[in-house]
Amino acid sequence: MGGNFTWVMIGCALIGAGASAVGVFSFLRKQALVGDAVAHALLPGVVLAFMVTGQKDIWILFPGAFVAGWLGLLSIDFISKYSKIKSDTAIAIVLTVFFAVGIVLLTHVQQSNYGNQSGLEAFLFGKAAAMLPADITLFVVVDTALILLIVLTYRYLKLYSFDPDFAKAIGLPVKGIQFILSSLTVLAVASGIQAVGVVLMAALIITPAAAARFFTGRLSHMIILAMIIGIVSSMMGVYISSLAEGMPTGPWIVMVMSIIAIMAFIFAPGKGMLQRSIKRKAHQQKVRRENLLKLFYSLEEKNEEQFFSRPQLLRSRRFRGRELELLLNKLTGKGLLFREENRYGLTDHGRSEATRVVRLHRLWELYLNERMNIAPDHVHHDAEAIEHIITPELEHMLLKDLDYPELDPHSSEIPGIKDMKR
Amino acid sequence: MNDFLIILEGSLVAVSCGLLGVYLILRKMAMVGDAISHAVLPGIVIAYLVAQSRSSFFTLLGAAMFGLLTTFMIELFYKKARIQSDASIGITFTWLFAIGVILVSAFSGNVDLDQECVLYGDIAYVPFDTLYLFSMDLGPAPVWLQAINLVAILIMLRVGHRGFLITSFDPSFSSGLGIKTDTWHYVLMGAVSFTVVLSFNAVGAILVVAFLVVPPATAYLISKQVETMMAYTVLFGILSAVMGFYLATWWNASISGAMAVAAGILFVLVFAAKMLFVRQQKKESMALVELKSS
Repeated sequence: MGGNFTWVMIGCALIGAGASAVGVFSFLRKQALVGDAVAHALLPGVVLAFMVTGQKDIWILFPGAFVAGWLGLLSIDFISKYSKIKSDTAIAIVLTVFFAVGIVLLTHVQQSNYGNQSGLEAFLFGKAAAMLPADITLFVVVDTALILLIVLTYRYLKLYSFDPDFAKAIGLPVKGIQFILSSLTVLAVASGIQAVGVVLMAALIITPAAAARFFTGRLSHMIILAMIIGIVSSMMGVYISSLAEGMPTGPWIVMVMSIIAIMAFIFAPGKGMLQRSIKRKAHQQKVRRENLLKLFYSLEEKNEEQFFSRPQLLRSRRFRGRELELLLNKLTGKGLLFREENRYGLTDHGRSEATRVVRLHRLWELYLNERMNIAPDHVHHDAEAIEHIITPELEHMLLKDLDYPELDPHSSEIPGIKDMKR
Repeated sequence: MNDFLIILEGSLVAVSCGLLGVYLILRKMAMVGDAISHAVLPGIVIAYLVAQSRSSFFTLLGAAMFGLLTTFMIELFYKKARIQSDASIGITFTWLFAIGVILVSAFSGNVDLDQECVLYGDIAYVPFDTLYLFSMDLGPAPVWLQAINLVAILIMLRVGHRGFLITSFDPSFSSGLGIKTDTWHYVLMGAVSFTVVLSFNAVGAILVVAFLVVPPATAYLISKQVETMMAYTVLFGILSAVMGFYLATWWNASISGAMAVAAGILFVLVFAAKMLFVRQQKKESMALVELKSS
C-alpha cells in the first residue's frame, strides 16, 4: 500500500463510474450482453497494437482496443442483418471468434521473440495493482468525455432508449444517437479492461444498472445510483484484494458488485423479491378469506339457514389440508364469523363484507355481459379474480354505468342495491 | 501419433459441443451456453481441490452441477426478480466466473490450474495424460472420456431428438400436448454443462463457446432441416479442428485458439458465399421479371 494504492483506487473508481453510467443505457435497450462481446472483441486490437508498435503504453493500446471494439459491434449488426442468424447467436459468434483471434495473437507473441511482451496478459483478467499515474490520466480523460457526452446528449439518449420508434418518428437523428451510444459503450469497456479484464468487463456494464433499476424508475436517478454502486464496489474490491498477496482485483470488484446487486434483488423496497412475495401472500390470504365469506353467503341463499358445520362447508368448496380450520379461526377472531357449538355463521359485519364481495362479483358479470357482449356462461371465471381487486371508486363507476341493476346475467339478485336506491 | 491425438481430441470436442449447440441456437440460447461455460469454473476448481486430480469422473460430474446451478439462477432472476433475461445471464455468469478466478488465485498452490489454462486450456498436453488399465497403456484419458461422452450424446439425440425439436420450436404447443418442456430443457442444459466441463482441460472455459456456437451457426446458414444442420455441424467442427491444428503449428500459437479461429474463418467464408449466392439469385429473378414484362 502507500501512494500507488491511492492511485489504483482512484483509477478503479473512475472506471466503475464510467462503465456503470454507460451500462444503464445498454441495460434499458436490452443490449447488456453486447457489452460482453465488445469487451472480448477488444483483445485482438490490444495485441495487434502492441505487435505493430512494440510498445505497451496504454495511450497506444487504447486506440487499438477502441477500433477492435467497434469492429466487433459492427460485425454483430452485420451478421444479424444479412442472415437468418438471431442476434444472441451473432453476439456469441463475435465474442468467441474475436477472442480466439486475440488468444492466437497473444500466444504467438509470447512464444516468439517480440521483446518485452510480459504484461499483455493483464488484459485478460485485469491487473489494477499495476496501474500507473499515466494510466489514471487516460481514465480521467475518457471518463470526463463519457460523462460530458451523456450530459450534453441526455435528452436524446433518454428518448431513444425508451422509445426508439417515437424518436425516429419525430425526426431525431437516430443513426447519430445510436453511434453515440455505441461509442460510449466501446469507450467505457476499453478503459475498463485494464482493471477487470476482458472476461469480467460485462459485469461492470450490467450489474450496477440492474441493481439500480430496483430502486428507481427515473433515468437520471438510475444513472447516479448505478455510478455510486460502481464506485463503491470498485473501491471495496481494490481494498479487499490488497489484503492478501496475489489476490486479483477485477474478480473482487465483480464479487462485491454482484453481492450488492443480489441484495437489491431480494431486499429492495417495492420491487424486491421479499416484499413482492409478502404482498402476494397477503393478497392470497385476502382472496381466501373473501371466498369463504362468499361461501357462507351463497349457502345462506340456498338453504335459508344461518349456521353451517365444517362438513357442510367442505362439501361445497375444496380446501387444502387445515386451510378451512385456520380460515374459520381467523375470521372468527376478526369478528366476521361466530361459532355456535360446531357450526359457524356470519356476524352482521361479516354479512356486509360477504354482501360486498358477492355484489362486486355479480356486478362484474353483468358488466362483462352487457358492455363486452360476453355470454353469461363465460363471465364467472373472470369475475372470480376481479372481485377481490375492485376498489370502492370503481364499484361506484360500475353502478352508475349499469344504472344500479338488481339482477345479474344469471338472474340472481345483486345484493345491497335496493338499499342504495333508497 | 501425438498430432493425431490432439486433432482427435479437438474433433471430439467440436462434434460433441456442436451437436448440442444446434439445439442451443434453435432455442435462441447461445448466450446461455456462454454463461454455462464461464460459470462451471468454480465447480471445476472445487472438484480439483477435493479430488486432487483432473480426470476423475465423479468430480467432473460435481463440477457439471454448477452448470445446472447457472441455469437455475438465471431462471430465478428472470422469473422471481423479474430481471430481463440478458441481464440475468450477464450477472449470473460474471459472478460465478469471478468466484472461480478468486478460488484459482487463493489455492494456486494446491490446484494444478492457472489463469491461462482457464482461458484456453492445454490441448497440447492431452496425449500425455495416459490411462492405464492393469498397467496396460490405453492411450490418453481425456480422449477416452470425450469419446464416451460423444457416444452418450449420440444416444441422447437418437432417443430424444423429436422431444428436443418440438420443445425448441414450439414450447407452448408441446406443453399443450403434455410434453414436459422443463425436463427437456434441463436434460439439454445438463448435457451442455457436462460436455463443457469435459472439454475444459483441452480448450478452456471460454474457447469452448466457439465450439458450441460457431460450427452450428455456420451450418445454420446453409441448411433448411435440422438433420442437415447437424451433418454440416459435424463437418465444420472436424474441419476447424484439423485446420486449427496446422494453423497453430505453422504460426506457433495456442492450438485451441487456432481451432476456434479456424471455425471463425469457415463461418466468414460460408457467410460470404451465401451472400454472393443470394445476390446472384436476386439478379437472376430480376432479369426474369424484366424478360417477362418486356
